[in-house]
Amino acid sequence: MVFNERVRRKFRRARFLFLLPLVAVLFGCGHHEPPADLVIINNVEPESLDPAVIVAQADARIVLGVFEGLTRFNAVDAHAEPALASSWEISPDGKIYTFHLRTNLLWSTGEPITSADVVYSWIRALDPKTACRYAGQLYYLKNGEEFNTGKITNAALVGVSAPDKFTVRAELHSPTAFFLDLCAFQTLAVVPRQAIEKYGDRWLMQKPVPVSGAYELQSWRLNDKIRLKKNPNYWDALNTRSDIIDILPVGMATTALNLYERGQVDVVWDKNLIPSELMDVLLKRPDFHAFNYLGTYFIRINVTRKPFNDPRVRKALALAIDKERIVKKIARANQQATSHIVPPGTRNYTSPEGLGYDPQLARKLLAEAGFPDGKGFPRFEYLVDSSSTLHENIGVEIQQMWHDELGLQVDIRKVETQVFWGMWARLEFDVSRAGWIGDYNDANTYLGMFVTGDGNNETGWGNAHYDDLIRQANEQTDVAKREKIFQDAESMLIRDELPIIPLYIYTGINYFDTNKVAGIWENVLDEHPLQNIYRIKPKS
Amino acid sequence: MYFLRRLFYAVPLLLVISALAFALVHLAPGGPFDSDRAPASPEIERNIKAKYHLDEPIWKQYGRWLGDLTHGDFGVSLKYRNFTVNDIIAQGLPVSATLGGLAFCFAMAVGLPVGFLTAARRGQWQDYIGGFFSVLAVCIPNFVLAPLLMLVFAMKIKLFPVALWESPWHMVLPVIALGLYFAGKVSRIFRDSMIAAAQSEFITAARAKGLGETTLLFKHAFRIALLPVVSYSGPMLADLLTGSFIIENFFQIPGIGVSLINSSLNRDYTVVVGLSLLYAILLVGLNLAVDFAYTLLDPRVKYE
Repeated sequence: MVFNERVRRKFRRARFLFLLPLVAVLFGCGHHEPPADLVIINNVEPESLDPAVIVAQADARIVLGVFEGLTRFNAVDAHAEPALASSWEISPDGKIYTFHLRTNLLWSTGEPITSADVVYSWIRALDPKTACRYAGQLYYLKNGEEFNTGKITNAALVGVSAPDKFTVRAELHSPTAFFLDLCAFQTLAVVPRQAIEKYGDRWLMQKPVPVSGAYELQSWRLNDKIRLKKNPNYWDALNTRSDIIDILPVGMATTALNLYERGQVDVVWDKNLIPSELMDVLLKRPDFHAFNYLGTYFIRINVTRKPFNDPRVRKALALAIDKERIVKKIARANQQATSHIVPPGTRNYTSPEGLGYDPQLARKLLAEAGFPDGKGFPRFEYLVDSSSTLHENIGVEIQQMWHDELGLQVDIRKVETQVFWGMWARLEFDVSRAGWIGDYNDANTYLGMFVTGDGNNETGWGNAHYDDLIRQANEQTDVAKREKIFQDAESMLIRDELPIIPLYIYTGINYFDTNKVAGIWENVLDEHPLQNIYRIKPKS
Repeated sequence: MYFLRRLFYAVPLLLVISALAFALVHLAPGGPFDSDRAPASPEIERNIKAKYHLDEPIWKQYGRWLGDLTHGDFGVSLKYRNFTVNDIIAQGLPVSATLGGLAFCFAMAVGLPVGFLTAARRGQWQDYIGGFFSVLAVCIPNFVLAPLLMLVFAMKIKLFPVALWESPWHMVLPVIALGLYFAGKVSRIFRDSMIAAAQSEFITAARAKGLGETTLLFKHAFRIALLPVVSYSGPMLADLLTGSFIIENFFQIPGIGVSLINSSLNRDYTVVVGLSLLYAILLVGLNLAVDFAYTLLDPRVKYE
């Protein structure tokens, strides 16, 4: 094919095409948005803003600013306080909750929010077609689990109903001490039926999205930002402090820190967004705030594999770990070493002490189990994922401790995070790093998952007596008796059986200058409702 | 006709690529809905898989995907379930393309003059200094260059914003961080091809005819020497336009480079396959454009 002179001339003229990107830049920057009143780096991009889809706590912090439930987290101490419901009564047996909605509730688009919307939202989360991963939070409702798993198909049988426009009646199958906290949880937030039924899975992409919370979704660009605008129809709009909030998804700690240092963002509230090399230096600064919250870092042991089926072996492994050293030397963010799984600060509960650091006793137990000085003990693996180098560093430290104290040969096995979770579920590990952040402020969120066959047990461990204790505790309405039963159960877990080895209590870290930003309190749930946060106006 | 035939051949090639991407990502261990929180009952997981047809045999899923593709629909992201792959491309590609296009211009604007100068002043100090910086540019990986630029020009000298993608000022550092390697590469390639061209027979002939050295280099040698740069430009442009994970991640730029890497880590099947296909289309298309540009630059090249 030969091109004639005409085409070539054209090509020469077309050289200005190289300028196109420049033109694109100038045009692309034409749309200037007004600056936000508050810029927050939350975490990585939220999976969704649909309360029925999200799982991660970081995502929930945004979602709860947009969709609210019957209760909401108090900004100071994160207890469940009246939200869409202004008051409620609980039946003496603790199984029936009658909520009274506020009468002035409106969607951001102006239509009234009624009890039917609450019922719709809960049934939607349970509906198998919604495929809500956190539907388990509604299994406390009578027939909630049956409906979600398809054993019954009639939604009317589920224990939630609307006797009148402003009343929601929830019937539970057993007294659930933390049900009011669950009502503040994202899965139970109230979502707009009209939009969801009209647009299906694309409902959040329509404009405007009717919302029940303090903020409307103004724009959402993936990996760029979420812009929230004050919802003037929110029942508590008078107390919404910032009009426009930008939420940035940032994955790199150095970028987050630099953006903060240059004043491009006001608040960073994720502990992973602190460069670990600078942890020591930064934690000394007044604008870095570290606090304990309801999360525990621990080790899972696969009790279905030999020799980990022997409790003496599991105890020996626990006793040989110097947790203080791990906290001081490796984790380094003021974490508190722990021998129990339920974190301090959990409501109405104090944990019993678990096993401490006692290498001598560890060696004795291991010898009793048939492995004096670790002789004959098979080489095994400590499983970590690639989400943070911290997991591997902790693993290496423990590897050393088990080797030095017990004479055991341990290999560190590191796998991709998305592969890692499945290995837990299929019990394809010997021992593994693990962690649990409480879904609600109650001991049950930590202890309940270790009942036989629970999806989050993931150790293969099961004990009929333990299961019985947990069931008893959750039937019990007396606070003191309930605590005692839970303590007996936890003792089993951390003193006698050890399918897990608790290491330390998580530290939440956020950074913001208290002279410039107000409305953030440190609390055990690490919850910071958006509507309370604002930039302090400089004095003029 | 030749180019039409090439276009026609590209179709089965792209099909094979998409099928491979589809199979590989599905075969990888772990799935998009695995998480640290096990669902309260196995039915929940079954419901999710049923909703996204992940419970069907893989060939059936691929068939379904191909069927949707004929309507221009790449499917729904499994990680960011409110976004379709089309949304992700529509939001990210213009950003990555702008960044990549600017980096391309930067690479050419810096690389060609440096290459020309070092070739024209071969063996003199300009050659050594230019050569030194070109090698340096090629040797410093961008995950070192990006933090360095950020530290110096955004933190120490507060000349540019740290990160984000808002104004032309925000683009300067990422464009340099992304383009400098290619600038070094272009200058190296161009220097060598200039020297080779300047020694070729037709240049000697032209020189013998009495043409001035400037005209010689600029008008005759330049065009021939450009050919290797042009052939390098195709894949380079495809690389640049589809975004760079490191640069985008570091400067917090909402492009598709971040999505491409994150989607494979998240096992976001639809996004991985969609973006791989997009990358393949760009690569095939730009290689075709390179061959086309050859015919314009070098009259000796003809395709039958």
